[in-house]
Amino acid sequence: MAGLAIAFGSGAMTNSIAEIEHNDVLLIIGSNTTEAHPVIGQKMKQAARRGAKLIVVDPRRIELVDYACLWLPIRPGTNVALINALMYVIITEGLVDKEFIAERTEGYDNLWSVVQNYPPERVAGITGVPAEDIRAAARLYATTDRAGIFYTLGITEHTSGTNNVMNLANLAMITGHVGKEFSGVNPLRGQNNVQGACDMGALPDVFPGYQKVANPEVRERFAAAWNCRLDGTSGLRIPEMIDLAAEGYIRAMYIMGEDPALTDPDITHVRKALANLDFLVVQDLFISETAKFADVVLPGASFLEKDGTFTSTERRVQRVRQAISPRGESRPDWQIIGDLATRMGYPMEYNSPEQIFAEMAGLTPSYAGMSYERLAGDGLQWPCPAPDHPGTKFLHAGKFPRGKGLLQGIEYQPPAEVTDEEYPILLTTGRMLYHYGVTTRRSAALESYRPEEYAEINPAQAAELGVKTGDKVTVVSRRGRLVTRVQVTDRVPPGIMFMTYHYKESPVNILTNAAFDPVAKTAEYKVAAVRLEPAG
Amino acid sequence: MADVTLTIDGKKITVPAGTTVLQAAREKGIFIPTLCHDPKLSPWGGCRLCVVEIEGMRGLPASCVTTATEGMVVQTASPAVLEARRMLLELLLANHPQDCLTCSKNGACSLQDYAYYYGVRGDQFQGEKHAYPVEADNPFIVRDLNKCVLCGKCIRVCDEVQVNNAIDFAHRGFNTRVTPAMDLSLKESEACVFCGNCVQVCPVGALVEKASLWQGRQWELTKVRTTCTFCGVGCNLEVSVKDDRVVRVRGYDNPLVNNGWLCVKGRFGADFADSPERVARPLIRTGARGEGRFREATWDEALDYTARRLTEIKEQYGSRAIAALSSARCTNEENYLMQKFMRAVIGSNNVDHCART
Repeated sequence: MAGLAIAFGSGAMTNSIAEIEHNDVLLIIGSNTTEAHPVIGQKMKQAARRGAKLIVVDPRRIELVDYACLWLPIRPGTNVALINALMYVIITEGLVDKEFIAERTEGYDNLWSVVQNYPPERVAGITGVPAEDIRAAARLYATTDRAGIFYTLGITEHTSGTNNVMNLANLAMITGHVGKEFSGVNPLRGQNNVQGACDMGALPDVFPGYQKVANPEVRERFAAAWNCRLDGTSGLRIPEMIDLAAEGYIRAMYIMGEDPALTDPDITHVRKALANLDFLVVQDLFISETAKFADVVLPGASFLEKDGTFTSTERRVQRVRQAISPRGESRPDWQIIGDLATRMGYPMEYNSPEQIFAEMAGLTPSYAGMSYERLAGDGLQWPCPAPDHPGTKFLHAGKFPRGKGLLQGIEYQPPAEVTDEEYPILLTTGRMLYHYGVTTRRSAALESYRPEEYAEINPAQAAELGVKTGDKVTVVSRRGRLVTRVQVTDRVPPGIMFMTYHYKESPVNILTNAAFDPVAKTAEYKVAAVRLEPAG
Repeated sequence: MADVTLTIDGKKITVPAGTTVLQAAREKGIFIPTLCHDPKLSPWGGCRLCVVEIEGMRGLPASCVTTATEGMVVQTASPAVLEARRMLLELLLANHPQDCLTCSKNGACSLQDYAYYYGVRGDQFQGEKHAYPVEADNPFIVRDLNKCVLCGKCIRVCDEVQVNNAIDFAHRGFNTRVTPAMDLSLKESEACVFCGNCVQVCPVGALVEKASLWQGRQWELTKVRTTCTFCGVGCNLEVSVKDDRVVRVRGYDNPLVNNGWLCVKGRFGADFADSPERVARPLIRTGARGEGRFREATWDEALDYTARRLTEIKEQYGSRAIAALSSARCTNEENYLMQKFMRAVIGSNNVDHCART
């Protein structure tokens, strides 16, 4: 999100899901869409079936590779170099959209000053992708009108995450592939309400609608609406909270619906930090790994048990409707927060989520035209600034929020950790079809079908260790070790292995590296150096 | 595209060129039965139930694959048509288990509905019947090929929507059946990803959700439209409830998003809500941190304790000594309240969530 906010002035999927099946080129980079976003994956495969050309950039031979006209098996952590090489080809072969660059962007010279040093032959050495395939991909993307970029955490979960995203924005802008239907830059959001949590200001530097806490006018407006005083200094981001908790500066935490003790990188450090708190309240459905450190656990209600709204990856705000009553004595999270505030001397008495939504919409320009009444049907896509506004199918038509789109040359930096003699294998992590975070582990059906990790390793590694599919191995990184079963498969190339983060029995984040992107503070989940040892 | 005008059952109907006779009739509310037709899948013309009589055409063409033309005169319920449909239904029922009493599909079964509508008892022909074993080796879908009417919708949805091609027709004549390659089960095939979209289009009881078995009759279900929780796509769900329990989840037809289709998690994962591991009551820690030992508490006790401790820490160490993690899995309203709580009540901007990227 940070990368798109810098380049365009706002960070969200620029196009809509319904456009995908009409695209002619889909550049899919760092997204195992058929497993992480299966219903969008369907649409990509349908598009391929119809004749659209898929360019898949992924170190693994994911399912979409079977439908691709080009597969660029990139070495993890080298996205910036690859994108620079794509732009090198596009610029040197005269395939840029000159008009778009002149009218809609600034910084082209700066971009070229960097990109000129990334000819495909050089980049082939960095990324492992043949120069000819880089050229073919660049030509295909640049010369097709309806060409869209789709990415997820394979782009962002790197120390270069923000740079990766900005570079994708560069690529889209120099080819004029943004600001219109069927082409743009599209981050696919992993969790159901990532977009909404960001939109709602669950971020340390912004109020709802990305209004800066540092802006005195904004602060005044919220202070008047909320009848309170407001701090103008940005707060802490998660890794900073964890570090300061470990150091004793953060004394209390309130954690709702997250499990940093399982899903954050380098969980040994996270667990130390949580144990060091004076007070921890966890609001969750289950005794998560984090909840084990809590002083108080408050049982929240699941999405089936409450009303509200989610904002999907395409900025679509849709209703969540209660289907069953809260289980046990659990309560919807909005009630719990309100009750707690009231007990702390700040009355927060809402009768319904609808009332909360109305208050929020009154303070959030991009949601200002929405109401539960209007959301009753198929939902509305923001920005929707007025009650008679139909919502926005694609972003940046005619103008970017920041005015001109910012082109910025970005140098390739290797990932924070590279393989060496001691840790010769590159571990990359992600999701799989049958699980999502941790809730699905509590689904009897899904859990019985995929009850444990099968780390993907290449036959070359398997032969070295003398293991076969189903056998156990020990995976060791500089931060920890774990035991897991393996699946021997050429889905991963030699020297690279893959694990999911779903299993607390083989918690992959014991291994991952807590090196962060300097802007977004997102961790490099996608690259850690490990070695394999026999289990035991 | 130009329009064409045709006559169906004496009514003049104008439709865009390229419209099928079936679509034209249905747009005017004229009933034509179908088993193999689904407006979201390509027309196939396999079940023949939608046959009609068209002046100047030989035989009884299937209306789902016959394009309406200018001046066409169509009869949807002539004696010949009705006789053909009754015969088709007799033949289907001759090799169909008549166990409607306990069939999951009872009350929402197209075959049952048409048999009733046309007064077909299925007792006209006695002959060989299939005796396939019911396939239930996976946790999601029960496949009973004895009930399959070979409409092929599951095959088309797997091909055209999921683009997985895990199943197809195999064998010939009486032995024709829908199966993964090499007659394996869905689980053994490893091609099936259990999206369950085939279950959703099955017109009979051949494909049913395993978790729904014996959990509620079709007419007992209350249906709620909501939004899926398992990723950012925002698929619309139709959650069916009986006695305050989720019996079944299907895709709700929002053409802008999932068009009614789902994946394995959205369709089969909702049972996490009823997991015995759910925290049922507020808990207060009794063991060491990280041990996970707690005692149960009332809401009043837990909330008062939390409010008191947060207030104490705020007073002693200041607002910035407190931090909160909000959640990309909670609703907008809850995220809004969490950041408002931190900013207005605690007085700190220390609020973040893990999906900032």
